[in-house]
Amino acid sequence: MAEFDTRIDYYPTHELNGIKYRRGRVLPFGATMVPNGVNFSIYSSTATSCTLVLFKKNAELPFVEIPFPDEFIIGNVYSMIVFDLDFENLEYGYRMDGPFDPGNGHRFDQTKILSDPYAKAIGGRDVWLAPPNWEKLYPFRSRLVFEDFDWEGDKPLETPTEDLIIYEMHVRSFTNHPSSGVKYKGTFAGIKEKIPYLIDLGVNCLELMPIYEFDEYEHSKQNPETGELLVNYWGYSTLNFFAPKSGYAATGKYGMQVDELKTLIKELHKNGIEVLLDVVFNHTAEGDHRGPTISFKGIDNKTYYMLTPEGYYYNFSGTGNTLNCNHPIVRNMVLDCLRYWASEYHIDGFRFDLAAILGRSQDGSPLSNPPLLESLAYDPVLAKCKLIAEAWDAGGLYLVGSFPCYGRWAEWNGKYRDTIRKFLKGDEGVVGDLSQRVQGSPDMYLERGATAGINFITCHDGFTLNDLVSYNQKHNEANGENNNDGNNENYSWNCGWEGETDDENINKLRHKQIKNALTILMVSQGVPMILMGDEMGRTQYGNNNTYCHDTIINWLDWSLLEKNTDLHNFARHMIHFRHKHPVLRNKFHFQNRDYKNTGFPDISFHGTKAWQADWANTSRVFAFMLDGGHAKNGYLNDDIIYVAMNMYWEPLSFELPQLPPGKNWHVAVNTEKSTPSDIYPFLKEPKMQNQHDITVWSRSIVILVGK
Amino acid sequence: MSLIVNSEFSNDVAKITLSGALDSSTASQLNETVQKIIPQSPKELVMFVEKLDFMSSAGLRVIIYAKQKLGPAVNLILVKPQEQLVETLRMTGLIFSVNIVDNYPE
Repeated sequence: MAEFDTRIDYYPTHELNGIKYRRGRVLPFGATMVPNGVNFSIYSSTATSCTLVLFKKNAELPFVEIPFPDEFIIGNVYSMIVFDLDFENLEYGYRMDGPFDPGNGHRFDQTKILSDPYAKAIGGRDVWLAPPNWEKLYPFRSRLVFEDFDWEGDKPLETPTEDLIIYEMHVRSFTNHPSSGVKYKGTFAGIKEKIPYLIDLGVNCLELMPIYEFDEYEHSKQNPETGELLVNYWGYSTLNFFAPKSGYAATGKYGMQVDELKTLIKELHKNGIEVLLDVVFNHTAEGDHRGPTISFKGIDNKTYYMLTPEGYYYNFSGTGNTLNCNHPIVRNMVLDCLRYWASEYHIDGFRFDLAAILGRSQDGSPLSNPPLLESLAYDPVLAKCKLIAEAWDAGGLYLVGSFPCYGRWAEWNGKYRDTIRKFLKGDEGVVGDLSQRVQGSPDMYLERGATAGINFITCHDGFTLNDLVSYNQKHNEANGENNNDGNNENYSWNCGWEGETDDENINKLRHKQIKNALTILMVSQGVPMILMGDEMGRTQYGNNNTYCHDTIINWLDWSLLEKNTDLHNFARHMIHFRHKHPVLRNKFHFQNRDYKNTGFPDISFHGTKAWQADWANTSRVFAFMLDGGHAKNGYLNDDIIYVAMNMYWEPLSFELPQLPPGKNWHVAVNTEKSTPSDIYPFLKEPKMQNQHDITVWSRSIVILVGK
Repeated sequence: MSLIVNSEFSNDVAKITLSGALDSSTASQLNETVQKIIPQSPKELVMFVEKLDFMSSAGLRVIIYAKQKLGPAVNLILVKPQEQLVETLRMTGLIFSVNIVDNYPE
């Protein structure tokens, strides 16, 4: 414990019911441990009074309520140091008084005890889906955390963005299935047990779907047909931006979720795996005017939310409210939050959900120079963090390719997803677009380089890769919304039968299509992202919006590893292929010329005839060659890589570009073939007998290595 | 449940025996004992925890505190911890900061 500080600052000046306190320090906001006490500081621009409410852990009633005297208020900040508190056994909140005048944006309610927006842990949902006490006076309780974790020299990895292979994961889904074999299923500790699997797969970055504290019971209901409890499973609805989800920690019931998460991050870092967080700063769990008052709404509604002139909530998020993130106070909170996660949890980067909202002004109109995005891009603490935008919102603002980037921001490339899907299913008129996507979308990111685009074909939103090749239509009936929810434009093709089938030919084609998708993803410039389980054929049974299911619809069934050995084997070798070939991982765009005098341009395009790409509208073939002498923008040497894609329904012969003397074509990948001839390990690629042309089967991809 | 803390110091070795539950209501007892031991600069801190049935975050914090105050050169030994305690130490990463043994001369 810290020694008693004899400076006069720390002597109590006030006392209430035996609790001693004094004026506090205005910054930092939140509850901070100071010698012999806790400093509480909170902002409200329009409250008329504020009371600090202190509980013993899990006690129904507070042990004291201390109103902030006038002399404790500086500007709009209420601060107080309370002495001799038991940090471990403390929960706190605030009562704010002020006008209830929704027309003018005020919704004060002194009967509510409010969570601190800067609380570092929240009690109330300590164990996943444990039945709460619905009558509790104060359901989501602010708690203190200790920052004494032993990081043993760990720090964020700062892996070059172009070298990342991202694996998008839901914490609970990854190990909650009984087949996962881990001891603590569905938790941070469970992921830690599976680190050897991730290393073997070859991914070097996890993107965790929301892990900020949320209420899994929010909007929960029973499916009228099945009786299944539908919950807020994905967690895109934040209760508090600083607190990790306790229910994701096996030790959450003991209040050790912070330590468990940090231990996971430290272990992932030890194994070269970065951690990105999917953060939801576009809205909160308080909903619209009908929603609960948990924190922001009762502290300073008008500051924290975008309001219509009538005082209702703008709904650019599609979930009821919109965080007013370009208000200077909210902007600072977002900055404080991300700095905290980067410095205290060693998080390597952030993916911003519905990030187009972060570029809207306080009245909802799009800004040309959004201060929040600029602040994040230039922030000194976040300087090495990856910043990734989901560059659209539910209000129709679509900024893919034009998101204000300040030389820093990357984007989820939704156009990549749609183009690759259309090409895979054999659509016409896609080849020109495809050529841009595999180059890292220079048509969209000319000035920003290849790393501006996060390439993905599937993500948590939409079909899994298996379902993309197994369903023409979404099947969301289990969501209890009459199949009206979820995206209708999936660009999917079921290969001849809707859903599961015993037809061998269809199943073979589906596996080939999955391999085709993984191949294109791994040979594209930019940053590839794989959805958890796609490497083993995970299905969501045709559901493309599984936000509410705590069932096998979402849980990763690890027995698929045995059932789909060929897919898993192909995926891990394809990932390793990308790691072994730096020519696939350029930071800057190709120049379409031979600036290293190797005899080949950095990239060239081909068709069934070498050096003649078929750009016709009816074309379903595309081949390209990457010259290894131009790897890493000319700084490294690699093999020559030739990729031939045939999404036509007949086999086609591709004439091969002639290699320089002494080099020969070797087959690395042929998705038409069965395991183990579909992909060969690095340096074990067989030399081709015929060096002049190759037959690429219908809906197949071949990769050749020239060495 | 309550916590019983016994301690002794001899030959540069501090020994603490714990039984009961180490939670937020009892952690201060252990903390007081640890506070007394630290100035004596032991070369080893041995905690006999076979009869410790439960440890919460508060208990974890005291162990972290002791480890940090004593420094990396001082061994912190836990004798015969129950499975739940080992699991907690494992999940929170603290297992790397302590030595777990089955026996230690009392």
